[in-house]
Amino acid sequence: MIEKSNVDHTTWHTDDKTKPLVQIKGLTKKFGDVIAVDNVDLDIYQGELFCLLGGSGCGKSTLLRMLAGFEDPEAGTIHIDGMDMSNVPAYERPTNMMFQSYALFPHMTVEKNIAFGLQQDVMPKDEIADRVHDILKLVELEGYKKRRPQQLSGGQRQRVALARSLVKEPKLLLLDEPLAALDKKLRKQTQFELANIQEQVGVTFIVVTHDQEEAMTLSSRMAVMDAGRFKQIGTPTEIYEFPESRFVADFIGSANIFEGRVSEDGSDHVLVSTNVGEVYINHGQSVAENKQIWVGLRPEKIHLSITSPKNTGPNQIMGQVEDIGYLGETSIYKVRLQNGQIVDVTAPNQRRPMSRTHSITWEDTVFLSWEPESVMLLTS
Amino acid sequence: MHGRRSRFLTVMITLGLAFFYIPMILLVIYSFNYSKLVPVWGGWSTRWYEVLFASEEVWSAVSLSLKIALVNATFATIFGLLAALSMVRFGQFRGRTLFGGMLMAPLVMPEVITGLSLLVLFITLRQVFGWPENRGFATITIAHITFSMAYVAVTVQARLTGMGQSLEEAASDLGAKPFKVLTAITIPRLMPALVSGWLLAFTLSLDDLVIASFVTGPGATTLPILIFSRIRLGLRPDINALATIIILVVAVCIAIAALIMFRQQKRDLLDQQLAKQVK
Amino acid sequence: MNENTKSVNRTSAEQRSLLPSRVGQKIQKHWRLIVITIPFVWLLLFFLLPFFIVAKISVAELKIASPPFSNMFEWTDSGIVTVRIVFDNFIYIMTDNLYFDTYLNSVKIAAVSTFVCLLFGYPIAYGIVRSGPLAKPIFLFLVILPFWTSFLLRVYAWMGLLSDQGTINSILIALGIIDEPIQMLYTEFAVYIGIVYTYMPFMILPLYANLEKLDGSLNEAAADLGSRPTNTFFKVTLPLTMPGVIAGSLLVFIPATGEYVIPDLLGGGNVQMIGRVLYNEFSRNTDWPVASAVALTMLFLLVLPIIVFQYYQGKSTGGK
Repeated sequence: MIEKSNVDHTTWHTDDKTKPLVQIKGLTKKFGDVIAVDNVDLDIYQGELFCLLGGSGCGKSTLLRMLAGFEDPEAGTIHIDGMDMSNVPAYERPTNMMFQSYALFPHMTVEKNIAFGLQQDVMPKDEIADRVHDILKLVELEGYKKRRPQQLSGGQRQRVALARSLVKEPKLLLLDEPLAALDKKLRKQTQFELANIQEQVGVTFIVVTHDQEEAMTLSSRMAVMDAGRFKQIGTPTEIYEFPESRFVADFIGSANIFEGRVSEDGSDHVLVSTNVGEVYINHGQSVAENKQIWVGLRPEKIHLSITSPKNTGPNQIMGQVEDIGYLGETSIYKVRLQNGQIVDVTAPNQRRPMSRTHSITWEDTVFLSWEPESVMLLTS
Repeated sequence: MHGRRSRFLTVMITLGLAFFYIPMILLVIYSFNYSKLVPVWGGWSTRWYEVLFASEEVWSAVSLSLKIALVNATFATIFGLLAALSMVRFGQFRGRTLFGGMLMAPLVMPEVITGLSLLVLFITLRQVFGWPENRGFATITIAHITFSMAYVAVTVQARLTGMGQSLEEAASDLGAKPFKVLTAITIPRLMPALVSGWLLAFTLSLDDLVIASFVTGPGATTLPILIFSRIRLGLRPDINALATIIILVVAVCIAIAALIMFRQQKRDLLDQQLAKQVK
Repeated sequence: MNENTKSVNRTSAEQRSLLPSRVGQKIQKHWRLIVITIPFVWLLLFFLLPFFIVAKISVAELKIASPPFSNMFEWTDSGIVTVRIVFDNFIYIMTDNLYFDTYLNSVKIAAVSTFVCLLFGYPIAYGIVRSGPLAKPIFLFLVILPFWTSFLLRVYAWMGLLSDQGTINSILIALGIIDEPIQMLYTEFAVYIGIVYTYMPFMILPLYANLEKLDGSLNEAAADLGSRPTNTFFKVTLPLTMPGVIAGSLLVFIPATGEYVIPDLLGGGNVQMIGRVLYNEFSRNTDWPVASAVALTMLFLLVLPIIVFQYYQGKSTGGK
């Protein structure tokens, strides 16, 4: 079964790359006066592991539940594999869902939980048994099929839930916060397992999560959601390195943001004058001159030094260390600029902080600088 | 919340339980009194039990009451379940407010009003349709279902709300059609509530005097009607004997229920331990 | 299982899920309709309709016939339908002091009994909540047990205690405290005892449920901030258990007001309560129009305010 899926996996990629598996158009959902999902468009392709990332109440779960068929949209359409889902009830959709709380049936054994979905289709008993056996092998729970969910640990329940939703070989698997109930250490380990399983079975995954690290690790593509809308859709690298808005820059990782105006828009660069000096950017976008804009700098992309840089020019500022937070592998420096703004800078702790000879300490005057390609240009 | 219980609270519990149980204990003791006058002690005897068991009237009242209670409890549980599902799981529908109001109203409705209104209904129905020709088993059962389904619905609603919807959604997501979801997931999950709802409906029916008095007809005497007609005229030792038997039956039933719950708790505890052992 | 059958099955499963959606939607629509309709129709027929009939009878005239009331619609010889509505019954119960006094007396008895239940029920519920893990279920069991036994027999038990030759009088005489038995049975006092005794579990159980849910750390926090136990009770515990107090009080007050059995058995003819008057009007005087008018008045004066109250209560405290 699994091998077969793998074959499909490759053919899907070659044939259907151009035609999206899931097409969402103008989808809107209101609860009373509150707009949960606001006129959303989205295409998801075969074989993707797509993450919907956002804070609580941003509409990500509602979007997932509309895909599963638990909520009816006020407006807009969902097509899965070219078929309109508008009037298809949840039990006839080619999707399966892994619930946040797992929703394992407490009155059934692991085996019966997993077989439940297969029993709803007319399928010979021994084939159900075969499939249950195969999927339990995939999630490494072969010895536990006679247990009830209450007799399993959190991690095992999570795998049973995954197995139960995968065993029907859905076209689309919807995962609602699949790792949220696990403790931190197990969660990190399971992230990779989940991505591996997805690669093995080749089913398209849509994962809802509020954890940005989880989204970055898991997804092949992700969408950042806020107030029912998509703020940005792209690969994790695109979203982290090239956020389009202050919201995304600040939501994913942290960012120091400066307001400014475009003073020069060259063919290969943009020059932005901000209240803390000139910022030179040598990548991508072209922006209309004199437009209000924001530039963002990730704390880890800023270079910190006590000695003044040799040349003067753009992409450097002076400040004073106001506070230092020791985080173990890195330290975070809060640097106050001359205009009073505080800038966060992180630096790896390559030496132990006790050897104070070269280290920077409180009240030190420091120089901040960065590479022109690491600046983020934020248009809103 | 548990822990320290002040002396005052202990005293109150003791007094409260004494208040509850002394009358019942006396009731039981006097059932073994030889004397015909209940309060006058005439030595130990079981003669009133013999009188009770020999009474044709008592047996037929018991059998009628049990029949009504069984049919009532079963239908009240089914209707109560359907009503609770409608209220909790189906969102908005036309007439939902009216429906919810009618469902809960019997809980606050004085029995005399319910009884009177059902009687005039049965009489009107008879005038118009010629049914029910005689009042008795059928009319009492209908009346009992109408008010006891409210109690079942409340019990089931609380449980339905508490257990959330995700299990049913999961079943539906895995391809189960609505009826299958009901039988495979919802009903098994609701079993404790359904059982206690059934028992509640059964007891309410066995216990009802006022409504049954209104909607019964000649010849149909339920146990409470029989008891009431006898004790209105004063104390009767055979009624003490009957009370003793009822208390005994109830105590045994509740003890069994408690035992089942205790075993369930123990099983949950074992499950938790098992879950902790595995990695 | 070989590859072939597997793929056959798989396509069939896929086709199933690709079936036109109409079928599935129809089933679901029907499903909702069936589930809602059965109890809805039952309640319309056996709960709502009777009230309209009661309302109809309440505006009819007493007649010596079967059933003993006049028709609202009458066909005269010329074929014209005349509608006869008389408000005499309502005017009668408003003007005759018997009904008004009885109603007030019922409310008074019910209110006092409710208060007594609360006064004793609260500490009992609190005491059970504060009991150890072993005693708690036993106490709870002991409170619930009387609730499952016959209501009628619990009232009967007090007849034996309160009668002139009853247990209490016998003990008092034996102790030499009194010479002549005190009349307790067939007094208002007996009715109070009966109501408090039979309805006490209805007060204790909601209070228990409410107190049990209360976060124990609130009490600790209050103590930590220097509050004495009594102060903590009145400032923290009691306000937070108001929903339980209200629920318990309603569960006692409403049925107590309309009580028929207790005033009849323990009050004899000496205590008038509205439920008993209604029953007698109906069964002894066979005055159905007046009985219906009393029922409707009772409904408006007692049940409706409570439903409205609960509706707003539910709105202000309830979530979604």
